[in-house]
Amino acid sequence: MMNDIGDTDGAREAQVEVKDLVKHFAQRGGFLGRNPRVVRAVDGVSLKIAHKRTLGLVGESGCGKTTIGRCILRLIEPTSGEVHFEGVDVLGLSGRQLRRMRRDMQMVFQNPYSSLDPRMSVLSIVGEPIQTHLSLSHSEMRDRVVELLEQVGMSGDHIYRYPHEFSGGQLQRIAVARALALNPKFLVLDEPTAALDVSVQAQVIAKLVELQQDLNLTYLFISHNLTLVHYVSDTIAVTYLGRIIEHASSEAIFDNPIHPYTQALLSATPSLDRELRQQRVILTGGVPDPVNPPPGCVFHPRCSRAKDACRQEEPRLVNAGDGHMVACHL
Amino acid sequence: MTVRLEGIPEKPRTAWSARFQESGLMWRALRRDRLAVLSLVIIAIFILGAVFAPWLAPYPDQGMGKANLKEKLDPPSSAHLLGTDDLGRDLLSRMILGSRPSLSIGLFVVGLAMLIGTPLGAIAGYFGGWIDQTIMRITDIFLSFPALLLAIAVSAALGASFFNAMLSITLAWWPWYTRLARAQTVSLKEQTFVEASRAIGVPGFTIIRRHIIPNVLTPALVQATMDIGSAILMGAALSFVGLGVQLPRPDWGNMLNVARLYFNDGPWFAVFPGLAILIVAMSFNLLGDGVRDVLDPQSRRTG
Repeated sequence: MMNDIGDTDGAREAQVEVKDLVKHFAQRGGFLGRNPRVVRAVDGVSLKIAHKRTLGLVGESGCGKTTIGRCILRLIEPTSGEVHFEGVDVLGLSGRQLRRMRRDMQMVFQNPYSSLDPRMSVLSIVGEPIQTHLSLSHSEMRDRVVELLEQVGMSGDHIYRYPHEFSGGQLQRIAVARALALNPKFLVLDEPTAALDVSVQAQVIAKLVELQQDLNLTYLFISHNLTLVHYVSDTIAVTYLGRIIEHASSEAIFDNPIHPYTQALLSATPSLDRELRQQRVILTGGVPDPVNPPPGCVFHPRCSRAKDACRQEEPRLVNAGDGHMVACHL
Repeated sequence: MTVRLEGIPEKPRTAWSARFQESGLMWRALRRDRLAVLSLVIIAIFILGAVFAPWLAPYPDQGMGKANLKEKLDPPSSAHLLGTDDLGRDLLSRMILGSRPSLSIGLFVVGLAMLIGTPLGAIAGYFGGWIDQTIMRITDIFLSFPALLLAIAVSAALGASFFNAMLSITLAWWPWYTRLARAQTVSLKEQTFVEASRAIGVPGFTIIRRHIIPNVLTPALVQATMDIGSAILMGAALSFVGLGVQLPRPDWGNMLNVARLYFNDGPWFAVFPGLAILIVAMSFNLLGDGVRDVLDPQSRRTG
């Protein structure tokens, strides 16, 4: 039933495929941990990303976007589910195989101020993947690092400097350079611009789009900023409380959002159009507690159009035409 | 990209330059703390004194133990600046030569404790699970005894000698560094740069060596500076009860032990070694305080 998710461009092979991914965090509670609480951070997520395409993962904070990204790279172990990269079962890999696999799959983290070791020079930071996986001489490594820095739009003169000497945008470029060091095929971009100034955001995003073209990269772009995701993504998956509630091409999501949550998110983006502003759907309340998700449709407590069915039965992700997948009874 | 196989790639020397740069910043901030600078000067004088002891001591042979019974318990004079002891030996010479075991106990014990304790703590904190449990329960066993008591017991069991005294104090000391390093590691492990390293595929032990230990080292060094004073005190205590340096070789601790019998006849005999212990221990403590204040992120990098 999930096979055609995100297959908006036909016969293209999926390079990254996630099936029924579940990640539960056990939280100790009560006296001596007798009442363990289970946080359902990710609850049955399936995705497909085609080669050289970008999947945008959108949602409010705390809805499991980052957890999905980390599970795909096995930075945390998912509770259950499947992750395939170019047909290889990522979750079945041994430690050594996984380390080799990491050459192909890299991640850029949200906060560049903490994702770079403050005690290491740019040369050591960007050179770390090279040092780990290839046996290059020091001068070869230095040449490669300079090349990488220039690729992300920085001067190669910076290699002996330290993270505290750079601005946020520069740091994120360094982090991107590190992620690219081994010529990966797939990058998870976890809110790569959320910690940056708006003007710098645009530069970094433009660079990422350019690099994708030049290096044939596949992106999983995680963000809470719909406009940004619309700009970079081919397909968009909207997440809510650890589930995907709408998944379609970028245009379809923007022009014809079906799920009330997606509609609300879209109407929340600032607009200069007065008519659009007047139709704004305002969400009340917050995201429910992922320990006790509401019965039925997880969105129903905040949904303005919730019916009885929404309170009882959880909607499945179904095709609403042209591969536009949506989980809603309406 | 060309991949050439030519053995181990040249090590980048950059980790050290990071530390040097940091030391430069630290030094600039430390210089404004007068008490710490004074302590540093005092410590430097004592260390130089210990290194050049045989040349500095006015009566080196008496310093090493040769008796001179004609001048028993003479008060300070121009011939004997700090007076003489119960066997007529020049007290200044004894103290200068006695600074060697005292200072080396401090440096050796703390150095070795850090060398053993820090990696163990980093391993425990990084890997967690049963490895963590095993290492930390062992440290608990050591920490469940009062440190001095443990050192005395071990020292007595191994036999009274200077070397055994150093070993036994180290044995009582390393668990503190394990605890410190573990606590630091647990919080460092959550930092994104460690996760980024894992995403690159860097093996666990390399992450510990490359990212954890360099970041744990700074707080460990602060702790070490403050601990040297206490280790010197403990070394003196062991010598005082006869388990450390053996007479006639001098040590501030064993000098004090003998001197207390003659306190009424020659108070200088007890006062000067006691003062030496006090000054050195206090200097290390004040220096440690200064270094800690400098490393406080609030005051750091403003100089």
